[in-house]
Amino acid sequence: MLRLECLRSVYSQLENCLVVTIMGAVAAELHSLGHRSNFFYLQHAMGLASSTGLGLALCLPEQRVVVFDGDGSLLMNLGSLSTMARYRPRKLVHVVFDNESLLSVGGFPTATSTGTDLDGIARAAGIPRVTTVRSVESFEVAMTDALQGNELTTIIAKVEAKGPAAYVTDLSLLENRFQFRRHIQSLKAR
Amino acid sequence: MPVPATNSKLIYEALKECDIRLVSALPETWLVHLIRLADDDPEMILVRLAKEEEAVGISAGAHFAGVKSAMLMQNHGFLAAINGIVSFAHLYKIPLLMLISYRGSLGERDPWQTQGGNVTEPLLHALRIPYFFLDALDTVRKRIRQGQTLAESSLQPVALLLTRDLMWEE
Repeated sequence: MLRLECLRSVYSQLENCLVVTIMGAVAAELHSLGHRSNFFYLQHAMGLASSTGLGLALCLPEQRVVVFDGDGSLLMNLGSLSTMARYRPRKLVHVVFDNESLLSVGGFPTATSTGTDLDGIARAAGIPRVTTVRSVESFEVAMTDALQGNELTTIIAKVEAKGPAAYVTDLSLLENRFQFRRHIQSLKAR
Repeated sequence: MPVPATNSKLIYEALKECDIRLVSALPETWLVHLIRLADDDPEMILVRLAKEEEAVGISAGAHFAGVKSAMLMQNHGFLAAINGIVSFAHLYKIPLLMLISYRGSLGERDPWQTQGGNVTEPLLHALRIPYFFLDALDTVRKRIRQGQTLAESSLQPVALLLTRDLMWEE
C-alpha cells in the first residue's frame, strides 16, 4: 500500500486533530493533500515528532493529537515509546509508516527490513493498543477506531518505499511553526 | 545525601513563580530533590525521560500548547540533546529553559564526570546558547526569572548551569 493513499483515506478525519509529522516524504505528501493550520511538519530533528506529540497531548489532554512517524525516525528514538507508554495520554494516536527504508536519503534499508518488529517493540514498551495494518482499508478502520477511542494507540502501517518527486514545499518552517501555535491558541480561546 | 534540599526548594519555587507547568527530567544526584518536588506537586506535569533529547520535542509541544516548561538534566544529558536543540529548537525558534547540572568542574571527585565538565561551556558557546550560573542563593530567583524571560522573548534555548556551590555540601 502507498502512504499517500493512507493519508488520503483519513485526511478528512484530521480536521479537528493536532497533527505532527516527520520530515521528508510524510511531510511532503500530507502537505500535497492540502495544508491546514493544525498540521506541523518537523522538517528535521529525526525521532522527535513522537516526543512533540507527547508534549502536546500532556498539556492539552482533551485535544486529539496525531503523530505521523516513520520507521527510520522511530528507530532513532525508541525510548520515546517507553516515555509515551509511561504517561499514555488517552487521545494520542501514533502512526508509524514503516517502509523499511530511509527513503528520503536514497532508500537505505532500515532494521525493520531485516526483522526488527516495531509492533512487538511498541507492545513490549507498554503502549496499550498496538496494531499493524497492510491495506488502505484496514488503515482507515484502525485510524477511525483510534481517533474515536480513548487509549494511546500505535498503528504500524506497512507501506511501499515510494515517495513524492520532491520534498521541499512552499511553506517556510517558521511560518508553519507560528501558524500552528496560533491555531492552538485560538482553540484555547474558544 | 549531601545535596541540600533547601536550595533545591528555592530553585523549584523560582520555577513556579515563572509559571512553569511542565518539567522534564532525567535523574542525576544533584537533581533528586528537584525531581521529587515536581513529582509531589499536583500542579506540575513531570515527564521522566529515557533520554534528554526527547525533552526538546516535549518542550516544543508544550510551547505550542501555550505551556511554559523547563528541562532538568546533567551536562552529559545536554550533550545527548544537542541535535534536537540545533535541528528543532534553533531551527524552529523554540524557547527552552535548560537547567543543567554542571558536573566535572571544580571539586569534582567522580572521574567519569570530568570530560563532560571540560566541554560544557565551549559547546554552549559554540552553539551560541546564552548561559548563566546558578551559584548563590541570593541570586537564584532572579536569574531563573531572567533566564525564562530571555528564552521567551528570544525564542531560543537558554541554559542555567547548576553549580557545585549551590547543589552540593561537602
